[in-house]
Amino acid sequence: MSEVPSDLKYTTAHEWVRVEDDAVVTIGITDHAQAQLGDLVFVEVPEAGSSLGAGDAAAVVESVKAASDVYAPVAGEVVGANEQLDENPELVNNDPFGEGWIYQLRVENPDALDELMSAADYEAFAESEED
Amino acid sequence: MTELIFDHSHPGRSNDAQMLPPGPEPDDLPEALRRAERPRWPEVSELQAVRHYTRLSQLNFSIDTHVYPLGSCTMKHNPRACNALAMLPGFLERHPLAPPQAGQGYLACMYDLQNILAEVTGMRGVSLAPAAGAQGEFAGVSMIRAYHDARGDTGRREILVPDAAHGTNPASASMCGYQARELPTDDEGDVDLDALREAVGPQTAGIMLTNPSTVGVFERNIEEMATIVHEAGGLLYYDGANLNAILGKVRPGDMGFDVIHLNLHKTFSTPHGGGGPGAGPVGVRENLLPFLPTPMVGEEDGRYIWRTEAECPDTIGRMTAFAGNAGVLLRAYVYIRMLGRRGMQRVAEYATLNANYLMTQLREAGFEVAFPKRRASHEFIVTLKSEHDRFGISAMDFAKRMLDYGFHAPTMYFPLLVPECLLIEPTETEAKEDLDRLVEVFKTIRDEAESNPELLRTAPHTLPLRRLDEVRAARDLHLRWWPEDSAPATGTEG
Repeated sequence: MSEVPSDLKYTTAHEWVRVEDDAVVTIGITDHAQAQLGDLVFVEVPEAGSSLGAGDAAAVVESVKAASDVYAPVAGEVVGANEQLDENPELVNNDPFGEGWIYQLRVENPDALDELMSAADYEAFAESEED
Repeated sequence: MTELIFDHSHPGRSNDAQMLPPGPEPDDLPEALRRAERPRWPEVSELQAVRHYTRLSQLNFSIDTHVYPLGSCTMKHNPRACNALAMLPGFLERHPLAPPQAGQGYLACMYDLQNILAEVTGMRGVSLAPAAGAQGEFAGVSMIRAYHDARGDTGRREILVPDAAHGTNPASASMCGYQARELPTDDEGDVDLDALREAVGPQTAGIMLTNPSTVGVFERNIEEMATIVHEAGGLLYYDGANLNAILGKVRPGDMGFDVIHLNLHKTFSTPHGGGGPGAGPVGVRENLLPFLPTPMVGEEDGRYIWRTEAECPDTIGRMTAFAGNAGVLLRAYVYIRMLGRRGMQRVAEYATLNANYLMTQLREAGFEVAFPKRRASHEFIVTLKSEHDRFGISAMDFAKRMLDYGFHAPTMYFPLLVPECLLIEPTETEAKEDLDRLVEVFKTIRDEAESNPELLRTAPHTLPLRRLDEVRAARDLHLRWWPEDSAPATGTEG
């Protein structure tokens, strides 16, 4: 089974969410998601300042197999994006929870984050999807 | 890699027999628009050109040389008669700007083609203008937009797209300024009706649907879907990608679709892609007729005429400078006339029979199909998840190994909702013996996967090129048409 750090929150679309200070969250795709996609060849990150609704497409990850949207787990405003991915999309494959982070969001309503899955729930969810 | 035609170039070498005689200097062309230098053409002899392109063609996997079960692409044989007739001198030498009275034969064919395509799809009117499937989609969604706008209904922002849809569908919706909203597929391959009911509303401009769908089954609830979408004020868009399976049997118009596009290169046997000319006619119901792209062919007092913006002021406009790709449209017309009504039904019958025969044989051989409870339409999905888990090989490895056995690989990793999938479409033009051979190859490759998985992982072994590094090719894009060491100063690389 792929890595699922216990200090992060997760979505059913295989994104991870790390709660930072000041209602800012960092978002990326999980180890499981990058393994499913295979080697990424392109990542499109959102522009800082754009506002997103929960479930809106925020970024695009493209591998030789498929292109997938990365969704906003909750509503908020984009406050940063990982510009390194432009030149080095493989960072998402090599270090999905670290250097492969995709973008940061200032969350509109921090309570909404409680709806996201815990590591244990996500692990069970990813396994059930496998069947 | 093979060399470029320019690698054979030698200054001053020419091919006089093929050259146009030098004409007079164009005295009406402004100086600024004239070339300062000759264009960079390869300077080769006729024999060198013939050899170069013949060699290239020999490196190809093609329908003329191999079985090509590429799901969703309908790689059927294109009868040679279509080519021969479309290349009659009267067609070839007709200039696109020639007045209608000088092209009555061609216009008569196009007028007929419009009517036949409308009849076979259950639409009220057809325009042949879009020059490819993707342009047909753009035209189709543009007409949906024009329809809503014309009624002052401007709050509709969403197009619904099932998750199994061709990637072009959400892209076309987006190009026309809509948000694509995804609908899930249920366990038996139908669109999830509850999700559809929940998704529709005053924001719904329409839904884009392929039927049979890209998972290779007929959308059984299509009538109910049409009612749900229509009651919400949206329109139904039919992606004609899989029309081959139902040709002459069921009509999109009868299912409730309002707008369609057709891929003539799939269903009507015109040459496939390769960046060449395409054709993606669009058809509509009565209430969308005013928006069809121009020009179309009309009839007036027994004469055929072009119907342009003058006669169709509400049209979404022109798709190309002229009227689509004449030669491609002619090939489709000849194909249709050769088949006739009964022949079209036979296409659907044999496309479906071949797919179901192949699916049954592969299931009996122990392969897992994605929707075992469903009858296949013209294509079906095999999932190699079990082989992946047991032998550590991927659908990609399996597909690459098929090349060694002289079969083009099926479509891989599409649709995305089935893991390690191969989407297989034999088409109606393959013989039973070839389908049986394909089943044997599947069995052989699975045996190899068990005994020597490395053989698959490193395949292909018999082709001019071995396994390509697709990741590097995508990350480090480097295309050229001019030899590296003498690149033109203008830097027209790529």
